[in-house]
Amino acid sequence: MTEPLARPKRKNPLARTTQPLLPPQARSRKAHGFTLAAATGRFMLQCCGECGRYTYPAREACPNCLSSDLTFQDAPTGGALLSETRIEVTSDPYFREHMPWRTGMVQLDCGPVAVVHLHGDCGGPGSRLKLSLQLDRAGQAVFFAKPVSEVPHMEDDPQWREMTADPKHRRILITDGRGPLALPLAQALKKAGAARIFVGVADRWKPFDQQAPLEAIEGVELVDLDLTSERSVQDLAMDIGAKVEILINTADHVRPAHLFDAGAANAAREAMDHTVMGLMRLAQAFGPVMRSRGADGATGAVAWVNVLSVHGLSNAPQFGVHSATHAACLSLSQWLRTELRPGGIRVLNAFAGPLDTEWFQMVPPPKVAPKALADAVLDGLKRGLEDIYVGDVAKDIEARLFDNPKAVEREAGQ
Amino acid sequence: MSDDILGKFAGALASGAVRVVDLTHTLSPDFPVIVMPPELGQSAPFRMERISRYDGGGPAWYWNNLSFGEHTGTHFDAPIHWYTGRDLPLNSVDTLPPADMIAPACVIDCSQQANEDADFLLTVSDVVKWEEEHGRILPRSWVLLRTDWSRKSGAAYANLLADGAHTPGPDADVMRWLVAERDIIGFGTETIGTDAGQAGHFSPPYPAHHYLHGAGRYGLQCLTNLDHLPPKGAMIVAAPLKIQNGSGSPLRVLALVQERSTG
Repeated sequence: MTEPLARPKRKNPLARTTQPLLPPQARSRKAHGFTLAAATGRFMLQCCGECGRYTYPAREACPNCLSSDLTFQDAPTGGALLSETRIEVTSDPYFREHMPWRTGMVQLDCGPVAVVHLHGDCGGPGSRLKLSLQLDRAGQAVFFAKPVSEVPHMEDDPQWREMTADPKHRRILITDGRGPLALPLAQALKKAGAARIFVGVADRWKPFDQQAPLEAIEGVELVDLDLTSERSVQDLAMDIGAKVEILINTADHVRPAHLFDAGAANAAREAMDHTVMGLMRLAQAFGPVMRSRGADGATGAVAWVNVLSVHGLSNAPQFGVHSATHAACLSLSQWLRTELRPGGIRVLNAFAGPLDTEWFQMVPPPKVAPKALADAVLDGLKRGLEDIYVGDVAKDIEARLFDNPKAVEREAGQ
Repeated sequence: MSDDILGKFAGALASGAVRVVDLTHTLSPDFPVIVMPPELGQSAPFRMERISRYDGGGPAWYWNNLSFGEHTGTHFDAPIHWYTGRDLPLNSVDTLPPADMIAPACVIDCSQQANEDADFLLTVSDVVKWEEEHGRILPRSWVLLRTDWSRKSGAAYANLLADGAHTPGPDADVMRWLVAERDIIGFGTETIGTDAGQAGHFSPPYPAHHYLHGAGRYGLQCLTNLDHLPPKGAMIVAAPLKIQNGSGSPLRVLALVQERSTG
């Protein structure tokens, strides 16, 4: 059984902060099929369209029938351990910091044999395993094997924690306390064992309903944070920047505006200022310090979440400004992901359809309850995902974009 | 030289016989601005983004880019701000006659009433009572409503409740009367607007805006230090930015106050 992760002690201010290192990153272009699967929490291997066999490692042609019709397909997640190796010494700089490290050879149920990272609770050779594709600290896909059934505290396994962004004992910043997500997120994070939850609130002189229930959660601290103000964002980073291990940017600004309306430019600029420029200001203030703390002990900085509209992927004319701003946020988020990678910080984009909130009042169901979105973000952090699609609308758009982006665009405008 | 008014004035400034009182709040990102229902357009708050501070962006100099709505911080309302003043000549800040930028002020102290009741409303009888003590309000004077509201900050200053803002201001009758019967040049307050927090429910709605701007008069709001002014005799210098077709602007409001002789 995994030893439960103890609440970290306060840092020795005389000790140098360990600098982040990354596991080996080289991957072929083909192998990024695994990256796509791992980013969205799927288990996919190349499967031959001719003979139907799965193959691994990634190849250009099927080793069985030489067909080039090899596409990544969902595969069964079971496997059996053939052998295990507990690595005590290595010359790899990243793994040297994490010795000992368990690996194993696994006979996958779908056919191939793979070298995998082994969870500490996995039994010896012959034991059954549940496989997943995970993104390691370098953002590259790796196989990870866990026992088939749940074991107490298994999420605290040190190797698993390297593959995920579990909030347990971590300090979190939620950027928009006035938004509908803040309260359910804070509740879910508290339940997941977060050490402290900072909740940013702009314009403290304006009352808001969630203030009392937010403050009632133990460990929640409301802090001044106005994403439209460079000074406000910088000031908060000066105070708590080095204490934020997970940043969850929930900023949004939904205002209906028609492209040809006289005031549409104002609406767009306001929305851009709250969301795109807000994310930019956050990145500038919190990015560097989070990146530098990627290896700061067992609860170092680990993840940045951007809650985005799925319409950022394809414009919904009814919410044209909103869609455009989230498209820009997505682009910025990808940039941020690259900039944070040297620190091993994951950037998770949570794409949601219309929320069940006042600004989407006129939108017919299905809509996403803020609590469902909060739970999905928590799930994404705990599983180490990079892109999650929350709710029926988002999932539908994801699937249809994969199939035919033009159809999504045309149909949204009808 | 007896007619050397400005020379005497310079002497009075130098000797301290005339004091300069700053009636302006610091323009900062935290200062509350007027809040409209969220589906309507909003005033941008004051924001400052650095261009450089003796760094890579400019090695020897410090400067910033600013953004704000016309009605941010201590600010001036021009007649064009309200529909009632939309067709008047010289109704925007760029066409404002310079002579109107300097005018005497009558300060009506209602700080006690406002302290007791956030929804305190100035009435004609309050002004008449003030006139009985200090004399009639002269034409083209500013009337400044002292409430000491400027001592509040943040949430207490905005005082937003579920049914809107609760801040003191004038009632509809007194605004019509001040403009029609006393020919005031403008009306100034310490709160976010020249009107009371609940003035949207008055008839007409927002009477200070309605009557002042409809008659080509001006508004000043978010003033401070009114408690340093005498009831009568201060001169107000209020020169808004010369913004083309602007409806108002943040500005520095100064009061010139003659020290009472103690001898």
